[in-house]
Amino acid sequence: MNFSVVVSQFWPLLINGLALGFIYVLISLGYTMVYGVLRLINFANSEIFMVGTFATVIVSRNFFGFNQNTDPLHGFKLIYTLGACLLASMLMSGVTAVLVEIVAYRRLRAKGTNRLASLISAIGVSIILQEGVRILTNSIPYSNPRLLKKVYVVHAGPIELRNDTILVIVFAAILFFLVDRFVSKTLLGKAIRAVSMSEETSKLMGINLNRVISATFLIGGMMTGAAAFLYETVYENTKYNVGFSIGLAAFTAAVLGGIGNLRGAFYGGLALGLLEEFAAAILGTQWKAVTVFLVLVLVLLFKPNGLFGEAVQQTRV
Amino acid sequence: MINLRDFGAEKWEKWNRPKRTTFVVILLALVTLLPFAGDYSFSNFLNTPISSYQAVLVYPVGMFVLMALGLNIVVGKSGLLDLGYVAFFAIGAYTAAILGTKTHLNIWEILPIGMGLAMLSGVLLGLPTLRLRGDYLAIVTLGFGEIVRIVAVNNRSTGGPNGIANVPNPPSVLGVRFALDNMQGFFWIILVMILLVIWMVRRLSVRRPGRAWEAIRQDEDVAMLMGVPTLRYKIWAFSIGAAIGGAAGVIFASKSMYVAPDMFTFNVSVLILSCVVFGGMGNIWGVILGGTILAYLPERIRFISNARQLVFGLALVIIMNVRPDGLLPRKKREKIHKAGEEATNV
Repeated sequence: MNFSVVVSQFWPLLINGLALGFIYVLISLGYTMVYGVLRLINFANSEIFMVGTFATVIVSRNFFGFNQNTDPLHGFKLIYTLGACLLASMLMSGVTAVLVEIVAYRRLRAKGTNRLASLISAIGVSIILQEGVRILTNSIPYSNPRLLKKVYVVHAGPIELRNDTILVIVFAAILFFLVDRFVSKTLLGKAIRAVSMSEETSKLMGINLNRVISATFLIGGMMTGAAAFLYETVYENTKYNVGFSIGLAAFTAAVLGGIGNLRGAFYGGLALGLLEEFAAAILGTQWKAVTVFLVLVLVLLFKPNGLFGEAVQQTRV
Repeated sequence: MINLRDFGAEKWEKWNRPKRTTFVVILLALVTLLPFAGDYSFSNFLNTPISSYQAVLVYPVGMFVLMALGLNIVVGKSGLLDLGYVAFFAIGAYTAAILGTKTHLNIWEILPIGMGLAMLSGVLLGLPTLRLRGDYLAIVTLGFGEIVRIVAVNNRSTGGPNGIANVPNPPSVLGVRFALDNMQGFFWIILVMILLVIWMVRRLSVRRPGRAWEAIRQDEDVAMLMGVPTLRYKIWAFSIGAAIGGAAGVIFASKSMYVAPDMFTFNVSVLILSCVVFGGMGNIWGVILGGTILAYLPERIRFISNARQLVFGLALVIIMNVRPDGLLPRKKREKIHKAGEEATNV
């Protein structure tokens, strides 16, 4: 226990927590949107995240040929390379998510089997993805070359902001805003909301259920992929099981905010990022996962609908 | 597709009592003598390349069948998805390791303590989560399995990442010795436990708890409306499953004389779940068959060994898509209806 660190390191902890929180926000979209539509947990989302991190690493290492010794990039080339990594990550994660839906959920949905069967097949797909990558990479962790030189760009009293932190926060906020607008304004977004309210009725209204569900998985997967890219920019490391603890944390964030609720995922993600960062500073990093788990159990015990479950009902996916 | 389970059940029903008794006695004798089956030249193919056949028979085969039977009560009977079954296994194993090295209790005295602690943790975990829908339970148990491991790694009393060595073997019972060079003793102990679990599950299935679990599995809302105290029976299923996992853990720790956090990863939970799903959820014989196949084959065919988890993942997806009831599915509902009609006709 070390409470003095909270006082002495308050601002860095707050900023790192916020950055981590914004990454969680994007990942928890992958959980919350799928849950909103299917009423099922997307168990493979942590593996979709893992696929995204590997896509980022592979593009920057093998496609552009960067390694640990390359100098950081500047100007247009930096934007171009980061953009390519981001696109690859979002694309790969999105495609993986759609494939997961087809393999794990679609057939079972058509058959009308019970929920347990879908859950088990989703677990199975998640294991296949994780183990496939483990065998391909021989369980070796891969590091992402540093493309962006990390410097502190803002100095305002005790607050110091690094450029990658700013990138994460700004970028994640923009993406979240876009998804939120997309779901509330476009036709497809309306269809997604309709399916989440009542599957049967929306079918009667002529909504193509399979297409809407695929689109939901695609959007959720792409957001998870973007989070994977941001994660790689900040933490620069990945492994076949990178998704496990992050997936659990993002799911907790989704539950904390009220699963199936977009704005809830936003607040939940931020709250969890801050909580995790402060808990790691006070209790030590090895107890981070335990804290997250305790929060999950406590939320389920006292407020199973999440902190914002009822209040922001209008913004349900 | 053929339904071996129904075929077997029909045969069984036609037999009279002496025939049934003979069958059971012969079957039991064969299973009891299994540890010696690898000793003859005609049965050489049973031997496994890396570890000895007898050791494989205890772990993984016997241990997996025992745990799969325990998990079957949770997943197969009551339809609750538990993804952290390894946690109860670990709690049992660490209880045996800590009490076995720090106190003078022997393993037989520790066994009920380990089961009790596993059961208690099952109740504590079940109380907040079993009120909610099934998928929350899945993710909470998934987390719990990992948390137990993390706590074991970061705690001094559990030996940290190195674990605890020199866990004692159980003292002899009825002249049967339990030691690393005498594996058949452990096999028989596990066999006795498996038989006890089978007996318990069969008794419970035809009584109130079994009917309650069946109702909960089919439709929880309806079960609740019909007056089934669903939470209570779900917690019972969960904690009975946990106790069996804890018992397996105690025996495992004293068999390998050593516990370390690496032994209790998420993979073990997946393995046990695969055994249940592969053989046929809810059917004892299916679960035993599934556990035996999935535990034995990767040991026998070495090249699967590295990709073992991958194979299990594939098995889960394919079984769920093609034959959701597993190799030996549970009794078909039509048969129950038929029995019901006959009963009303009389």
